[in-house]
Formats: sequence, structure tokens, C-alpha cells
Amino acid sequence: MTAAEPMDPTPHPAPSGSPSGGMGEPGSDGRFGDFGGRFVPEALVPACLELEEAFRRSWADPAFRSELDALLRNYAGRPSPLTEASNLSERLGVRVLLKRDELNHTGSHKINNVLGQALLTRRMGKRRLVAETGAGQHGVATATAAALFGFDCVVYMGEVDVERQALNVFRMNLLGTEVRPVASGSRTLKDAVNEAMRDWVSSVETTHFCLGSVMGPHPYPWMVRELQRVIGDEAIGQCRALLDGGVPDVVVACVGGGSNAAGIFSGFVDTGARLVGVQPEGGAAIGRGLPGVVHGSASMLLQDEHGQVSEAHSVSAGLDYPGVGPEHAHLSAVGRVEYPSVTDDEVLDAFGLLARTEGIIPALEPAHALAWVVREAGRSIPSGSSVVVNLCGRGDKDVAQVAALLAQRPPSP
Amino acid sequence: MTGALETHLRARRAEGAKLLVPYVTGGLSDDWTEVVAAVVSAGADAVEVGIPFSDPVMDGPTIQDASARALARGTTPGSILAQLSRFDAGVPLVAMTYYNLAYRMGDLRFARSLAAAGVAGAILPDLPLEESGQWEAEAAVAGVETVLLAAPVTPDDRLAAIAGRSRGFVYGVSRMGITGERASLSTSAGVMAARLKAVTDLPVLIGFGISTAAQAVEVCAEADGVVVASALLRALLDGGGPEEAAEFVGGFRAALDAG
Repeated sequence: MTAAEPMDPTPHPAPSGSPSGGMGEPGSDGRFGDFGGRFVPEALVPACLELEEAFRRSWADPAFRSELDALLRNYAGRPSPLTEASNLSERLGVRVLLKRDELNHTGSHKINNVLGQALLTRRMGKRRLVAETGAGQHGVATATAAALFGFDCVVYMGEVDVERQALNVFRMNLLGTEVRPVASGSRTLKDAVNEAMRDWVSSVETTHFCLGSVMGPHPYPWMVRELQRVIGDEAIGQCRALLDGGVPDVVVACVGGGSNAAGIFSGFVDTGARLVGVQPEGGAAIGRGLPGVVHGSASMLLQDEHGQVSEAHSVSAGLDYPGVGPEHAHLSAVGRVEYPSVTDDEVLDAFGLLARTEGIIPALEPAHALAWVVREAGRSIPSGSSVVVNLCGRGDKDVAQVAALLAQRPPSP
Repeated sequence: MTGALETHLRARRAEGAKLLVPYVTGGLSDDWTEVVAAVVSAGADAVEVGIPFSDPVMDGPTIQDASARALARGTTPGSILAQLSRFDAGVPLVAMTYYNLAYRMGDLRFARSLAAAGVAGAILPDLPLEESGQWEAEAAVAGVETVLLAAPVTPDDRLAAIAGRSRGFVYGVSRMGITGERASLSTSAGVMAARLKAVTDLPVLIGFGISTAAQAVEVCAEADGVVVASALLRALLDGGGPEEAAEFVGGFRAALDAG
């Protein structure tokens, strides 16, 4: 919601059974259809209830909303433009519009969520943040908000990610945050979430868990989507100005946990736009996963036949996660959103293509969304269609990794 | 109907015993069932058998290590239960795991497989009151007692609800945090026990961070008993076997019996 629009404090209708998927408020038990819930140890239940209450009250409070809107505008740099990608459009034969959330302060959409949660943290009287991070984008955003608000901050990051995103580790340190490498399990995002939850259960009376995606126990999947819906609300307004009829044919976003996708989809879920959440092939929880419960909610999950969580594998640290936000599982189950996957090779090609055609180096995460558009243009996306791609992060952090990957590639014929 | 776990623990309490429940990670080593037998011989009143999960968010480094080691050996819920079904511990067994393993198999099927292996109770720490209703009902159908956990931050009304729905015993978490050894007992341990004792006649056991026999004695001034996990597992991870486990648990037994 932009500042110009009226506040809507009334709850949205529950999405269960709604053919559109709804993207309203979940049921009182935090369910989106069969998914979601609050699967946390008893020690965390009071904190989840306190957070739900604080968010519910704040989200209905015009003073909170205007404070957040001012931060998003004056600190994060919103609204982000919707850019006509003319050269890429000519190449692909479909009209590509880029929602430029990579231009936000800190370089990704993560700041939208973090500024909201930082305001809530202050309202709850807490003074310390813990967070998980994969690519480091959410960690950097959290470290940034912690610096701005004067909070102590610890970010958990898998050892593998610490290595492949060393620059972001340094950025967090510059911002005054302690980064704690996680050596357990697959040493990636999943294990960083485990360790952040362990910290939180030990420190919950003074600490807020600043979760970075639309996952975790209720109210996180709902709250984080609401804090990200600014992307979709801006985009649909911008589409009205740019497109005949105002609604694009397709809206595409990458999905790991799925916060940027949830944010942009929420603006278009009640339109006729085709919605597509693109997953990494090695982390396609929707499609290759089964229903499961981990990290506080029921959703689709990569796991073995016994229920042990599998390790995801992706070139993108930010999407290297075996689960997916519960609302995405629901949107898939009701048929409102498609969740295809792309390979690491397709992602690297799309990464380079956008850089060469538009002068924009995307993060590897949104390069997944672009890769799907490149593959499907003229196929399942008819020529001449309009396609909004959520460019949720910039690629500076990935340049060294991509250089190394390209060096390993066999030369093109 | 009162189940075997609760019946046994109440009877022991009535005899004046303080209750001692050690935790052993299932599948940790080839001789893990011998470790269970050893701790029973050394005076355990029941044994918690951990069914390892890939993402144990309530557990500290020791149980994480034990879980990872067991999983790396190819341990599955099925392999643990198959071994238990060929084994008579002589005291009630309580399975401790995370909900996804039950969810994957299906609540009723998982509960029935526990019962078929002779497991009397189950502890699923990631199922709080709001999420555990269906599991509790299916477990009851299968004859498995669901032990619920209470935490120091649990308000009084929830505490009463937890005690009211828990079966077998009620598990009070000694402090805010994850499992793992501590040099000293948190003051919240005694408070937790006293608050639970005030609202229930069920046996009240305290766990998380009970590392020494002296700490067990201290918390049993209020509680009916203790769960001992990480300190015992540390001995096993450091190369100990049934003999070391028996010695460790025997030390707790003697101290609790001496008061």
C-alpha cells in the first residue's frame, strides 16, 4: 500500500477455499488452506502471540503505517521504478517490465520487511535482533535496520554461504552486526534458520527474531507478506500507467522462501494476470517436495521418505532452501500460481543476458525469474505478451561467484 | 484410562522415589539398546529414546551431534522401532522426536508403530497446545501417552491447560533455551517445578541442563524427578558405552535416593 491510498484496518477474508487464493489474512490458527500454523516449542508461543498482537495493532494504526511509509520513501528510496526493458523485449518478443526493487537501499527487497519489523521491535520494547541469512541480503538489511534503530544484532549464516558471500559478511560487520557462521547440517540457509531459532528460544524476552521470508510460525508468513505487498501495490499502479488495460499478462518472481514473490503477487492475485513463482531446480519444494513441518510451519518440503529434511542445491545462496512459504504451497494447491523451476545454467545465461541487453546486473535470485521468461517467451508466454519481472536484488554480491562459475564452463561452440 | 508410563511413574513416586529419566539417542551406536538396558539396571525409572531428526531446533550441540551421528549411520525411525520391538527394557520407554517424522508417516500410523514397538509415550517439542490436538487424539487411540512441555514463560492459564492435557508426566523446561549442559542450575528450574506442582497431580519432571547429580537433587526439592540428556550423551559421544552410561546414571540414582 502506498501512502496515498486509504488505510484498510479491516481483516481481509480468509483465503481457505477461495479460488483466487485470496492472499488475505490467514485463519486464526495461521493456516493458508492446509498449510502454515505455529509449530514451535512452547517457550516461543508467548513471543509469537505477542508479535501477532503487536503486528495486528500496528498494521491497523495509521501512525505506524505513516512512519513505515516515510522510512520506505526517505530511507529505502521507494517507490522503485517499473522499467521498460526495451532491448530485452526486442530480443525475446515479449514486453518485459522490470520492477526495480534492486534499487532499494541495501540492494534488495529485504529492506521493506526489515524496516517494518524494526519498528515492531521497538514497539515491543525489545532491543536485540537475530536473523538468518542465505545470500546475505536479508542479513545486510537487518544489520542496516539495527544500525539505524540502535539495536544489537546477530546474524546466523551457514559456513558455505559465508564463503560464497564474503562481501556481505564484511558489509554486516561494517554495520556493527556480529555474523555467526553455522557449521551444522548443510551449512546453508536451513541451518542458519535452525541456529537463529535456537538463539531466539534462549533470548526471547529481549530479542526479536527478524525472519526474512514468508515462512516460519504464524504470524511471520502473513506479516512478512504484508510488509512486502508494497511491491505489488506499487507495481499494479505503475502497470495502470504503462499498459493498456492496466494488467500485465504475466507476473514472475523467484521463490526460495518466497517473500519477494508474495509481495508482488499480492498486488495482482485478484486480477487475471498469470502468476509464476520460479524455483531453483535443486530447491523446488513445490513439485519435488512433500507436505512437511519444519521451521514453524506446515508447507511443501524437500525431504526423504522418513521425513528427514533434504539439502537443497542452488547456485543462488538466497534460494538454497528445502522449504517454501506456506502461502505459496496454498497458492499452488488452489491452482492460482504456477511454480516451475530453472537450472543453474539457465540462470547464469539470463544473468549475463540482462547485463548485456539492459545494463543491469541482477542478483542470481531474480535471474531465476528472468531465466524462466527467456525459456518460455514465444512458448507458454505468447509473443507480444506483457511480463512483469520482479527484479528483487542486484548482482554486485554475485559477481565474483559468477566469474568463477563462468571460468569453469566449457567455451561456447 | 491411565497408561503404563503414568502408572509406573506414579507408583514409583508413591514409594518415595525421585524419578530419573535418562535420554539416549536411538541408533547412536551398534550397542545403543545395551546402553538403554544399562541405564535401566542403574536405576532409570523410564528412558527417553531420541528418534533423530535432521533439524533439531530445540537441541544444543550435544544432541545435535548425537542426532547427526545416528543419521549418518543410516538410522531411521523404522530401524529404531524394529530394534526396540525385539527388546524389553523393563521400564516404560518414551520416544522423543520432532513432529515432521510423525507427520510424514501419518499421525495414527506413527503412533501405532510406537505402540507396536513397546513405546509407551511420546514427546514432540515442536507441537504446542494449539497444534497437538490431532496428534494427542491419534496417539491416545494407539495407546501412546503424549507428554507435553511447559516453559518458564508459559502463563498460568496455559500451564494449567498443558498439565491438564499431558499424559504420562508433565515435562517442565528448566530454563529458556535449548538442551545442553550447564555449570549451574537456573533458578527458573525450581520455580517451574513448583508452578507445575501447584496445578497438577501428574508426575512433574524437569529437564534441560540438568548436568550433575547435585543439580538433580537440588531440582527434586520441588520436582518429582528429572530428565538427563546432554550430560549422559556427552559421555557416550566421548567414547563411552553401556558401562559408562550405567556409572553415570547410577551416580544420579544414588544421589537422588540419598536425597
